[in-house]
Amino acid sequence: MPESENLIKVRGLRKWFPIQKSFIERLVTREHQFVRAVDGIDFEIRRGEVFGLAGESGSGKTTTGRLILRLVDPTEGHIFFDGVDLAALSEEEMRRMRKRMQVIFQDPFASMNPRMKTGDAIGHSLEIFDVAKGEDKRHQVLEMMERVGLTPAHVLYSKYPHQLSGGQRQRAIIARALVLHPDFIVADEPIAMADVSVRVLLLDLMMELKEELDLTYLYITHDLATAKYVCDRIAIMYLGMICEMGTLEQVYRNPHHPYTQALLAAVPVPDPRARREKELPKGEIPSPINPPPGCRFHPRCPASKGACSRELPHLRPVPGDEGHLVACH
Amino acid sequence: MKDTVLEIKNLEVEYSVRAGLVKAVDNVSLSVYRGEALGLVGESGCGKSTLGRAILRLVSIPGQITGGQILFRGPWEQDLLTLSEREMVKVRGKHISMVFQDPMTCLNPLERISDHIVETIQTHGPEDKQEARRKAAELIDRLGIRDERLDDYPHQLSGGMRQRVMIGLALALNADLIIADEPTTSLDVIVEAQFLDQLRDLQHQFNLTIILITHNIGVVAEFADRVAVMYAGKLVELADVHPLFDDPLHPYTRGLLNSVPNISLTEDHLKIMSGSPPDLTNPPPGCKFHPRCPSVMDHCQVQEPPFREVQPDRWTACWLYEA
Repeated sequence: MPESENLIKVRGLRKWFPIQKSFIERLVTREHQFVRAVDGIDFEIRRGEVFGLAGESGSGKTTTGRLILRLVDPTEGHIFFDGVDLAALSEEEMRRMRKRMQVIFQDPFASMNPRMKTGDAIGHSLEIFDVAKGEDKRHQVLEMMERVGLTPAHVLYSKYPHQLSGGQRQRAIIARALVLHPDFIVADEPIAMADVSVRVLLLDLMMELKEELDLTYLYITHDLATAKYVCDRIAIMYLGMICEMGTLEQVYRNPHHPYTQALLAAVPVPDPRARREKELPKGEIPSPINPPPGCRFHPRCPASKGACSRELPHLRPVPGDEGHLVACH
Repeated sequence: MKDTVLEIKNLEVEYSVRAGLVKAVDNVSLSVYRGEALGLVGESGCGKSTLGRAILRLVSIPGQITGGQILFRGPWEQDLLTLSEREMVKVRGKHISMVFQDPMTCLNPLERISDHIVETIQTHGPEDKQEARRKAAELIDRLGIRDERLDDYPHQLSGGMRQRVMIGLALALNADLIIADEPTTSLDVIVEAQFLDQLRDLQHQFNLTIILITHNIGVVAEFADRVAVMYAGKLVELADVHPLFDDPLHPYTRGLLNSVPNISLTEDHLKIMSGSPPDLTNPPPGCKFHPRCPSVMDHCQVQEPPFREVQPDRWTACWLYEA
């Protein structure tokens, strides 16, 4: 794969959050405890693709998104954006890089300043990055609002977030992310808070815009059904590690990892005839503070063997299925 | 004649907001049969949660139940809306129980789980502390939680376990009816599936009657025996789960089912529903769905269709099915 094909490259990424201890605890215990949110992952995101990062709580998917945006710094590992090692950049250089990567979060209410008019909120980054001001800024914002279907644009421009509907707010968030014409968007559960009938509308919008504006997406979600609707490739995360990765076809049609199989089987299907028959893994996701030794999933895995509790499996290609990787003994 | 646990007749619930009066529940009539799992489904603002709370008279200011009857056939038959608050307290928990979306807001963070369950048992029954504690241990065990966890605080339990404790509280008193409002929305996919499995087992074991309120079409398909669909405060369709999914009658139901991705299909043929739910302070005339309806007729814009049984066991409110 020629290097220029990969917009993002992640190598050996680790993020361990230290746990705060009380004074007494610090006197009594010597060892430091960490939440191993992301514990050694490698992947690439190709230009123009929608790369899915899926998993349940504690999988590390949101932290991975924030690491790529450098909203948090990694404990270990490297993140390359368009060939450039983000850790090697100065603050000023990183700042300029941020124009090229934007984010869409889950909760539009929480991510919009309630005291800022929608138009101003969308255009705020244009001012901050010295891209446009005044009338020029307003014009660009209105244009973007039209594009995302936030119409009538000149009316909604002056509305506050609470005056918009849920769907409109989410479109505003999308407009805000796109107004700088970035190359890369991290979308973390972008439709989770939208109404059921609006979700597909928003996804279609995001995909149309991707084509129009030459975007690359990292799509973070726990919802495997909608991930299937938009992603080209997907990585399944469990407790800080990637257990399976490949194209949509590979992972959904032919899942190799027991966790992937369990996850896919557990998704409720909107068809009463397709009620789930399979056995579910027992128990719940263990704490990322003290993950199980060896394979993280082994205590719950129906196919667990001796090696699973001792050795951490690495991502290895599935024979005969190029691009499909699985971490399983 | 099926054994009815609850009969809701022409229920009206209004909210008084700055912009006016909102009919959150608009003339809803619905029967709930003993031992069934009734799914109450709709998007945000449709009134399903308000309906759930109204059954337990938990609607608070600025909301108010303004009309109708809620006939409860537990050990006696009573219109719940005629009971005093003191009488209602005896009904809640013991005869009709509710499981909410976020157990962290329902479990006292300062109280151990065991104490919470014991207190609940003792409030409604004659058991002494020891007896109540024994019952609590039995309950926890039946729910698949190891009894060492009995003395934990809520924050020490995982989301799935907390939700199971909530079910436990509902079961502790052998409630006739359990209302579960978005019980799995805060849970991870696998835990959600485990929870639904367990709920279904408990339902069959104890012949529980459950009203499951959710916006998740997949969960409804997975769990419900019958499904009621709400839109803008009104019931728009009611049917057994298979006929509803095979052949939805109401255009809104059809639109809703067509907008949900299905992971088991090779290709999704999703169709987008235009528009959005109406502003209930200023609803459209006639059928509230008409501005978005692909099959709209002149009459729909003028008069609201009645909610009727248009085919055997198929109820809907739509002029398409009226002569």
